[in-house]
Amino acid sequence: MIESPIMTPRQVAVPRGGAFWRGLRANPLLMVGGALVLLIVLVAIFAPVLAPHPSDAGTATHAFDVLKPPSAAHLFGTDQVGRDIFSRVLFGARVSPVIAVVVIAIACAVGVPLGVAAGFLGGWIDELIMRVTDVFLAFPPLLLALALAAVLPASLTSVTIAIAVAWWPWYTRLIRGQAASVAGRPYVEACRALGVSRLRIIVRHILPNSVTPLLVQVSLDVGGVILTASALSFLGLGAQDPIPDWGLMVADGQNYFTPDWWLVTFPGLAILLTAFAFNLLGDGLRDVLDPKRSFLP
Amino acid sequence: MLVYVARRIVLAVGVVVGVVIVTFAVAHLVPGNPAATWAGPHASAAQIARATHFLGLDRPLPVQIGSYLAGVVTGNWGVSIHTHRPVLSDIATAAPASLEVVITALLIAIAVGVPLGLRSARRRGRPADHAIRAGSILGVSMPIFWMALILQLVFAQRLKLLPAAGEFSQGLLFTHPLAKVTGFPVIDALLAGNWPMLGSTLVHLILPAVVVAAYPAGLIARMVRAQVLDSIGETHILNARALGFGERQVFGRFAMKLAWTPVAAAVALVFGYSLVNTFLVESIFDWPGLGSYAAASISTLDTPAILGVTLFVAVAYVIANLVVDVVQAGIDPRIRLG
Amino acid sequence: MTAPGSVTPPETVRGRLAIAGLDISFGSRRVVAIDELRMERAEIVGLAGESGSGKSMTTLAILGLAHTVGATVSGSIKLDGQELTGLEQATLREIRGSRIAAIFQSPQAAFSPVYRVGSVMTKALRLHGAAKPEAAERAVEALRQVLLSPDLMRRYPSQLSGGQLQRVAIALALALRAEILLADEPTSALDVTVQAEVLDLLRDLRETSGMSILFISHDLAVVAELCDRVAVMRQGLIVEQGQASQVLSAPASPYTSELLDSVPKLAGAP
Repeated sequence: MIESPIMTPRQVAVPRGGAFWRGLRANPLLMVGGALVLLIVLVAIFAPVLAPHPSDAGTATHAFDVLKPPSAAHLFGTDQVGRDIFSRVLFGARVSPVIAVVVIAIACAVGVPLGVAAGFLGGWIDELIMRVTDVFLAFPPLLLALALAAVLPASLTSVTIAIAVAWWPWYTRLIRGQAASVAGRPYVEACRALGVSRLRIIVRHILPNSVTPLLVQVSLDVGGVILTASALSFLGLGAQDPIPDWGLMVADGQNYFTPDWWLVTFPGLAILLTAFAFNLLGDGLRDVLDPKRSFLP
Repeated sequence: MLVYVARRIVLAVGVVVGVVIVTFAVAHLVPGNPAATWAGPHASAAQIARATHFLGLDRPLPVQIGSYLAGVVTGNWGVSIHTHRPVLSDIATAAPASLEVVITALLIAIAVGVPLGLRSARRRGRPADHAIRAGSILGVSMPIFWMALILQLVFAQRLKLLPAAGEFSQGLLFTHPLAKVTGFPVIDALLAGNWPMLGSTLVHLILPAVVVAAYPAGLIARMVRAQVLDSIGETHILNARALGFGERQVFGRFAMKLAWTPVAAAVALVFGYSLVNTFLVESIFDWPGLGSYAAASISTLDTPAILGVTLFVAVAYVIANLVVDVVQAGIDPRIRLG
Repeated sequence: MTAPGSVTPPETVRGRLAIAGLDISFGSRRVVAIDELRMERAEIVGLAGESGSGKSMTTLAILGLAHTVGATVSGSIKLDGQELTGLEQATLREIRGSRIAAIFQSPQAAFSPVYRVGSVMTKALRLHGAAKPEAAERAVEALRQVLLSPDLMRRYPSQLSGGQLQRVAIALALALRAEILLADEPTSALDVTVQAEVLDLLRDLRETSGMSILFISHDLAVVAELCDRVAVMRQGLIVEQGQASQVLSAPASPYTSELLDSVPKLAGAP
């Protein structure tokens, strides 16, 4: 294997050391978003400790505490079988973000290699992959996920697979653009001329250059996936009782909504807050990492 | 310009064909026997067999796809297994209600998002900017079904300011019946000069449209801000200032003109997304649109209907993108010349 | 060279720019400190120096636009005796374009890509008070003066060459009847032959309309060819100022000598 002798300008835009922290502090979006995300992750991890009634997130029911409004004992009130909503909301933090992570992992695992292949190899492979991607991109993600989730048995797994199938094309298109632009650069041609293997070029040049935009896209997508997943659960296609999925809780609470507003309000607020946190984080990351976004002071 | 449009149309057609094939594949993952549903719950084996043949389900798959494609082009989108009516006519009945909401929502989103994004860019770094940015991100993070429920509770039930559900007050059907011309209640009422009905339809449209408008409004505001700020450092902006144009004109005319292109693209992108969002809230607002139709189709495993709705949305999305591409090329000469 | 400390008596001739004690700073960092710089009517003054010497910032300050890049300005800039620094933006907007015009290095970048060039011209003219038909007439007339066909008005910037666009920019200054033209590296991005045409045009402007032109450039050869007087800038300071023929043949400042030495000379040229 010949080592590529030409110094390649690594265009990863991550500022190093001091500049990174200064950029961080100057960016309130990133700070607030990052703090909120951290909070949510901590809640998810420590839910069993934080929740006053951890068994309520499971199969426990309390016939005498049905539909109680928010109080000191039950911060968010109780639901139609007497479960503490506050505890269930806390445990719900374990459900949505995990789905999001798995979905994005699958979407990347499928989309990135396809994108690299299309952008780097070009020719008919590129055409083929991009036409297929275009077709999938013609569907609004929620619609495709909906159609798939409708035909699969209702469960969190189905929802995860359905959304992943709807989401991978976006990564393919993103990575293809990156790969194609890197592949066209003179130093890559020089590498090829020297006999450096394609795989090596991909690993050493294309992938590092794709990390930044991919990272930005992922952080922005988490919010979207969480919203899509909760929408599917709301429709009954995802998590089933007694899993404390926020979307499911909103759906269940609908029937009691008019007098007992707390069943719907708090789980929904949790969805909003989580999506908001990840979107803030994503926006902030984009501001810091994207080299094109350099505004005048 | 004509060449550009022609090229785009050909590409769009190719995508639609692909969409049909994919939709077909997905619809055939649906478990259950459509012929059995068609024949009814007490059908004999012989009747089911006849239904299978009648529905063309005994032909090889590629033939089925081919004949479906041919049918799509000629206007035969199959027959709904549940309603026994042509799918296309079912869709034609249900679609206008959904489209009404989506189009109104997008108009609201543009009317709200563009000025806010512009203001955010002009007052960059100041409190107004931070507030608008936070608001935009909030809009984009909103779980739409939840927002619908909350707004319904607050404005319809508690404050009694707006109607809770339905396209119009049902009582009006007796005193001021609505003559169906286009299928769009608002337009039909306007055409007939049916003022009470017009007022009622508009008022009923507010909640669903506002709910669906949240996401696009946030998106547009962010996009306008980003585009305007991107261009504000450029020489032609300096030139505009040097020629004596005031800040309002510099931002509002010169910077903004460049921003319309990506805004138009965003509107197309979000059209499909908003259409599906509309489906989500239709059950909450008792809105007789495609969402309700799709929900019914899914629960009865009505394959042709599911196919039809998915196809309709995808095609509408492709057309919306096409329209926007053409409009973009009209606004920004670089696209059609370069 | 004007002796330091001397006071020039006010005249009624228009188009005279007098800069005195001009300081431009970014926060505490001062980037330009000009003691004195003057332009008379129908005069081409060259502002020469390397990139980063503060020439463009000076242009921004004269236009009253230094704040748009975050710089603060103190000192005096007088247009026909009227003090410009400290004026309200509303008043400055009237002056910009109609009395002080500017053209820039990259003509492609100076015009908005989504507007037809004629549209920008008429908009600017109407901004400064011309009625619709009058604006169109003046634009057409100005384009003829720079030897461009009025048909060009319907084109987009991407459809015109750099030289053509620069001439449109000059035409706009003519149409607006500007007294002073700030030309920031107007020929640096153009081919040599096109450069010569634009320089000729600038000379014509001086002759026919009496415009004063501040010609900013890092290219001493061009400055020598075009300018009546020249000021050499280095790191925000004017190190030398005077008649072009004198400064460029017998420079007083060592920096000017260095700059002159770096100009490539054709074999056999004087």
